[in-house]
Amino acid sequence: MEQALQVQNELHSPDSEEENVQQFLTFIMDEEEYGVDILTVQEIRGWEEITAIPNAPEFVKGAINLRGTIVPIIDLRLRFGLTSVKYGPLTVIIVVKVELKVGSKIMGLVVDAVSDVYSIGQQQARDVPDISKSENSEFVHGLVNVGEKMVVLLHLERVLNLLRETESDLLAG
Amino acid sequence: MSIDLSQFFEVFFEESFEGLDAMEAELLNLEPGDLDSETINTIFRAAHSIKGGSGTFGFNSVADFTHVLETLLDQIRNGERALETNHVNLLLKAVDCLRAMLGALQSEQEPDLTESNTLKAEFETILNIPHTAEPAESQAVNTKSLDTFQVDFKPLHHLFKTGNEPLYLISELTDLGECSVTSDLSDLPDIHDMQPDECYLAWSFFVETREDENKIKEIFEWVEDDAKIEVTLCGGLFSDEPESEQPVEQEAEVSETTTSAQITPNDEVKEQTVKKPPAKANTESTSIRVGIDKVDSLINMVGELVITQAMLTQLGEGDMNENKQMALKEGLAQLAHNTRDMQESVMRIRMMPISFVFSRFPRLVRDISQKLGKEVELKLIGETTELDKTVMEKISDPMVHLVRNSLDHGLETPEHRLEAGKKEAGIVTLNAFHQGGNIVIEIMDDGNGLNTDKIKSKAIEKGLINENDNLSDDEINELIFMPGFSTADAVSDLSGRGVGMDVVKRNIHALNGSIDVTSERGIGSTFTIRLPLTLAILDGQLVTLGKHTYIIPLISIVESLQLDLKQVNCVGGGVDVLRLRDEYIPILRLFQIFNHTGAIEELDKGLLVIVESDNQKVGLLVDDLLAQQQVVIKSLEANYQKVDGVSGATILGDGRVSLIVDISGLIKLAGLKKAGSQKLAIDNAMFEMS
Repeated sequence: MEQALQVQNELHSPDSEEENVQQFLTFIMDEEEYGVDILTVQEIRGWEEITAIPNAPEFVKGAINLRGTIVPIIDLRLRFGLTSVKYGPLTVIIVVKVELKVGSKIMGLVVDAVSDVYSIGQQQARDVPDISKSENSEFVHGLVNVGEKMVVLLHLERVLNLLRETESDLLAG
Repeated sequence: MSIDLSQFFEVFFEESFEGLDAMEAELLNLEPGDLDSETINTIFRAAHSIKGGSGTFGFNSVADFTHVLETLLDQIRNGERALETNHVNLLLKAVDCLRAMLGALQSEQEPDLTESNTLKAEFETILNIPHTAEPAESQAVNTKSLDTFQVDFKPLHHLFKTGNEPLYLISELTDLGECSVTSDLSDLPDIHDMQPDECYLAWSFFVETREDENKIKEIFEWVEDDAKIEVTLCGGLFSDEPESEQPVEQEAEVSETTTSAQITPNDEVKEQTVKKPPAKANTESTSIRVGIDKVDSLINMVGELVITQAMLTQLGEGDMNENKQMALKEGLAQLAHNTRDMQESVMRIRMMPISFVFSRFPRLVRDISQKLGKEVELKLIGETTELDKTVMEKISDPMVHLVRNSLDHGLETPEHRLEAGKKEAGIVTLNAFHQGGNIVIEIMDDGNGLNTDKIKSKAIEKGLINENDNLSDDEINELIFMPGFSTADAVSDLSGRGVGMDVVKRNIHALNGSIDVTSERGIGSTFTIRLPLTLAILDGQLVTLGKHTYIIPLISIVESLQLDLKQVNCVGGGVDVLRLRDEYIPILRLFQIFNHTGAIEELDKGLLVIVESDNQKVGLLVDDLLAQQQVVIKSLEANYQKVDGVSGATILGDGRVSLIVDISGLIKLAGLKKAGSQKLAIDNAMFEMS
């Protein structure tokens, strides 16, 4: 935590203050750190019981009741093809609101743990190296170095939009 | 003078439109020769109140027009004139015209007077009023030449205190004709000496008008004692006006009103109405009229709810003991009762009789049948059947379409009907009734029925089906709901463009409804629309499936039973069929369809819930039945997407989400799995052809 605070302080120092600074919330999954635009984040919740949705793809764990709204929960580990872990009291759901073609949707992402908030200037973000063979590369918006660590910035719209495509593929097939 | 009438406009428009609806309905009831004085009185009253209202609110064009209409009605009412068919037609046209005029006024536009003037002339011909007598006043005005008056208006300081508002006077003055204003600021004191409630301004106006001096003086009649007013005829033209660069000072309260907040001296203040904010795009009113009894019962229930709440609060104080616990339980039961009652009465507020939709059909049928040269008798049944307002608004367009189709395609021409041994007048019946939790609307005609051969050949031509497909008549009839399908030989402005039935079907599906067609050659066809009564709340039966809880709509449940394996036969293809009192009911294993594990898989260990949808019964195998309760339907689609076999979600008492089973979707889902081969073949064929 201390280290993280340092990083933040570093970032807040005037020389790194870029014009288009965006804040990212980062979370840990399989020892990697991923970041999402903090403005899309609605809230962070603990694990709770989820109602399964029939015939949904594996990474859609089900739906929860978020103060009267039905919110689908997506396991990001499964979405990225990682091995899933057992959910426990430490499992975290990040509730995000994304603008998709079909309108804005609120969804929950299951991740291992929430890490930090970083302010990142646009110049700092690097393009993704050519890893086009990986299916997941299109989810990646950019890479950024924060201190010693590398953070993967995610394209949430794509992460969550593909949900539809895969679904319809499944249905069609 | 200072009451702002515009706050009553909405009410006036609403009432006027209602009046017009009533007029229309009664006009359609009028039979020439057989005059019912009550009917004509109703029409007369409606016209009269529209005339009165529009006069009051200054919509003179409407008032003038309604006046001639009223004159004719009055003569008919008094028996001075016999009612003829062309009178009814003309009156109906006038109703349309008035509706358009009021619609324009409502959206703050100038109504188009061309139509009303034509109609007015027709009325006058009937009434034998010579055309020259047409608005006597305006004619006189027309002959009079344009004069320019200089009006000097110098209010005394205390003008505001007497309750007068110079802006209204000015606005009235500008109504007389083109007007230009110069303001005199000479009297304006230093800002420190200025009293906010005193009037320091004076104006001089140049008005170009056909009116005479008296008319102008009349405007200022009320402020004669509080101002110096001079009206002089200059005769000269507009351009003589003195130039002035000073902008007119606007008192704070003056600028509040929209009329002329930004007059500068050279501004012409005509066309005030046009300058108002742009027309509201949506003239549809979103208010509903609710019977006072419904509101009263709601208020009663709120009263009871408050009492129950007070009782529960009292019980919650102090320590719990056994007696209290009993009372608490009772109180909670009471609360549940109150809540349910209240929910029902709130829902009832949204419910309106379907006659709101039905009432537009007599006119529609009359107009279309005249255009087509067919004789049509329209029968309306079950007009008092109530349904949710939202559903109603969305169902009226599809219905109009279906009725048009029935008239255009369904019913034959009188000659053909006589040949076929039918009565000359075709019958179109609209029938609405409740069935279970649905409202069913039937649109029947006794025409020629759907021509299956023609539909089939057309479908083949359009590549919708294969020539070799062996389709039953019902399946062929279903084809008319496919996009791009029309069998009308000639495209008319009524129908035949091939857009329509698929849109109708889509609209109805969007309301969670369904539409079917049955037809018999030479006898007629029937379109049946089924709609849920309301879109928000549902009585549900909670069932378990392993650790999952689902909700089955109570209305679709026929019965629940424990299976006796002796009654179950496995028909080829692996479908289990239950023989239940002369019926064979296929059994669907819900866990299988939903892909859940951990549920009871043996038929005799679980429970079978027999459900019915679209006249098809199926048995659903579930683990157990839990409570029955009312659930609020929440959308799963809003944040996710449509899930087959699930119509929505809800939140249970413990905060968990539970999904609501969509029976007809389930049957389709299961049907696709077992008898998919034939259907798929058709789908594929369609796919290839397109």
